[in-house]
Amino acid sequence: MTRPLYRFHGGVHPAEHKAESSGRPIATMPLLPRYAVPLRQHIGNPALPIVKAGDRVLKGQAIGQADGYVSTAIHAPTSGTVLGIEAQAVPHPSGLPDLCIVIESDGEDRAVDYQPLDWQHLDPSALRNRIRDLGLAGLGGAVFPSYIKLNPGAAQKIPTLILNGAECEPWITCDDRLMRERAEGILRGAAAMQAMLHADEIIVGIEDNKPEAAAALQAAAQQLGLAVEVALAPTLYPSGGGKQLTYLLTGKETPAGGLSTDIGVQVFNIGTAYSLYRAIEFGEPMISRIVTVTGHVGQPQNFEVRIGTPVADLIRQAGGELAGASGRLIGGPMMGFDLRNDAAPTTKAVNCVIVKSPALFPAAPPAMPCIRCGECARACPALLQPFELYWYARARDFGKAQGYRLFDCIECGCCSHVCPSHIPLVDFFRFAKDEVWAREREKEASEQARRRHEFHQFRLEREKQEKADKLAAKAVDRLKTVETGAADPEAERKKAILQAAIERAQKAKADITPKNVEGLPPEIEQEIADIDARRAKLRETAHAKDEDSE
Amino acid sequence: MLTAILVMALGGLLLGGVLGWASVRYRVEDDPLVEKIDAILPQTQCGQCGFPGCKPYAEAISKGEADINRCPPGGEDGVKRLAELLGVDPKPLGEGLEHKPKSVAVIDENLCIGCTLCIQACPVDAIVGAAKQMHVIVADQCTGCELCLSPCPVECIHMEVVHEDVATWKWRYPVYTLHPTRPH
Repeated sequence: MTRPLYRFHGGVHPAEHKAESSGRPIATMPLLPRYAVPLRQHIGNPALPIVKAGDRVLKGQAIGQADGYVSTAIHAPTSGTVLGIEAQAVPHPSGLPDLCIVIESDGEDRAVDYQPLDWQHLDPSALRNRIRDLGLAGLGGAVFPSYIKLNPGAAQKIPTLILNGAECEPWITCDDRLMRERAEGILRGAAAMQAMLHADEIIVGIEDNKPEAAAALQAAAQQLGLAVEVALAPTLYPSGGGKQLTYLLTGKETPAGGLSTDIGVQVFNIGTAYSLYRAIEFGEPMISRIVTVTGHVGQPQNFEVRIGTPVADLIRQAGGELAGASGRLIGGPMMGFDLRNDAAPTTKAVNCVIVKSPALFPAAPPAMPCIRCGECARACPALLQPFELYWYARARDFGKAQGYRLFDCIECGCCSHVCPSHIPLVDFFRFAKDEVWAREREKEASEQARRRHEFHQFRLEREKQEKADKLAAKAVDRLKTVETGAADPEAERKKAILQAAIERAQKAKADITPKNVEGLPPEIEQEIADIDARRAKLRETAHAKDEDSE
Repeated sequence: MLTAILVMALGGLLLGGVLGWASVRYRVEDDPLVEKIDAILPQTQCGQCGFPGCKPYAEAISKGEADINRCPPGGEDGVKRLAELLGVDPKPLGEGLEHKPKSVAVIDENLCIGCTLCIQACPVDAIVGAAKQMHVIVADQCTGCELCLSPCPVECIHMEVVHEDVATWKWRYPVYTLHPTRPH
């Protein structure tokens, strides 16, 4: 039975460049002397470090824990010593440094005692928390903490589970190789996902330029006796977008601003399914992933890379940059970004490193004015009108841009790709989105400051009022005593206490006066006087000593 | 003739009555213009405009007693938005006022003597501390108004510019080469 496919609107077909790296098997990186694991790898709050400089850690030991709901843990990629938690270069379009836990390897690569998860018998909530503590996050690009997506929600059921193996971006082949080589693990992970979501069906979406991967998955499904439908979709970028793949396979559209779970679909990358398999079968945290290294390098290939591996080492392992390299891309050429510093480590989000050369990535020709030809609208998979959006984003009219559904843009880059005037359209949309977010944040901050200032004033007013009330009450009391002429009972009571105390003191003084020295013979009186004189002298010398020692 | 006059007079009285009643019944408590102006102001409560806070400045603008270019934290952008709201021409920031990058106050903990003077000066209660105890500024709540700087007897508070990090970084306005066109 073949599933009917629903073609999504638009899309482009850029040169694939998959053959460069897809022919070689996944290689393992050798152990490196140093790793830097960024705290901020996933969407949401960065992980909270739970180690400090000088600590000894083992491979797979948690070094950061989830901070809040949308967050997940991070783990040591090998055994060694924590050198520090410091700002280092990270793979981010800004090129700004961010906090990383730097670990110096001890060369032993000793792992903690991994405990497989008894996932079929664990309480679902406890199981999800274990998955959070193993640091699982989506490997398709958004890096959303997986434990949240594995919650079937109030409906207790998500009927359709889609595994995303489309890998539509040019150059990238990490998912392709993973499906070819480790199909069984992927499907075992998918079976666990199905059980957790109570899904009726599993569909794997693969572009038809990866027939070997599809065949491998089909064979594995037969071997496991698992009902998995492998759907071959026509090769058309961006069929690997979550919303596009969902429509392609089910004909259901994800509502604007909504989630695919709203229409009973949950989408996971096949790499995430494989990581889940490693987590439940072996108790292994997410400490490595497959990364494609390709482009202008000696030997393009896929590697199993520990999280925190410097990109420079990765490129060296792939034969190094060839002469004339002109930069590096993280991710694919459509949605990726330029890496400024190759000391930056790989993260859970980094699926591909492309070394650029002027021949492979020629500079964009100079842009010309928009002629409103509508090519971008024909290519847009989100059914937007990029030429209108561009107009308003360029003029910084963000309200109008939002009216043209700016936030439905998935930044796939199809519009920029087809623009005959070579306008970097998607850069304008990224700029506009960030600007809107920043204004939103500013507005929230100023709203909070206003509320705090209002409360500050209210507090000052209240304190003033309370003080005035207290003084007024006292004055009324005083007036009453003066008017009635009656003694203030409180003052009387205090006076009595004072008087009693004075009497007691006088009595005590009288009591301790020595009575046994009265009426003594003169020689004894003389003796007493002598002793007193000696004592006085002793006191004096002791006092002098004290002063000396000071 | 007389009927016509009577009808019109009666109509006028009736409508006038309705309007009078409506103006009492549907009275707007606060001046909505003040609220709108206040929403544009950055709420730093710094008093650089010469008024004791953003709300008083907003009230003064709405009454026409203050100019729209007196708010340095709002900057040119803020002036522009105020001008748009009020339907007047935007103008540069007033004499001696200068837009500075967003900063927060930081207390040098080695010097602080715990006098509480800065706590009393902070308009948004963003300083935590007690008498003879070290004080600390909650950076997230600090508006950068600088009002705590002058009361400090030991000058242990200084301003630090908030630098962009990975979380607050924004994509820049695209800059790219344009194709030269032939002169006409």
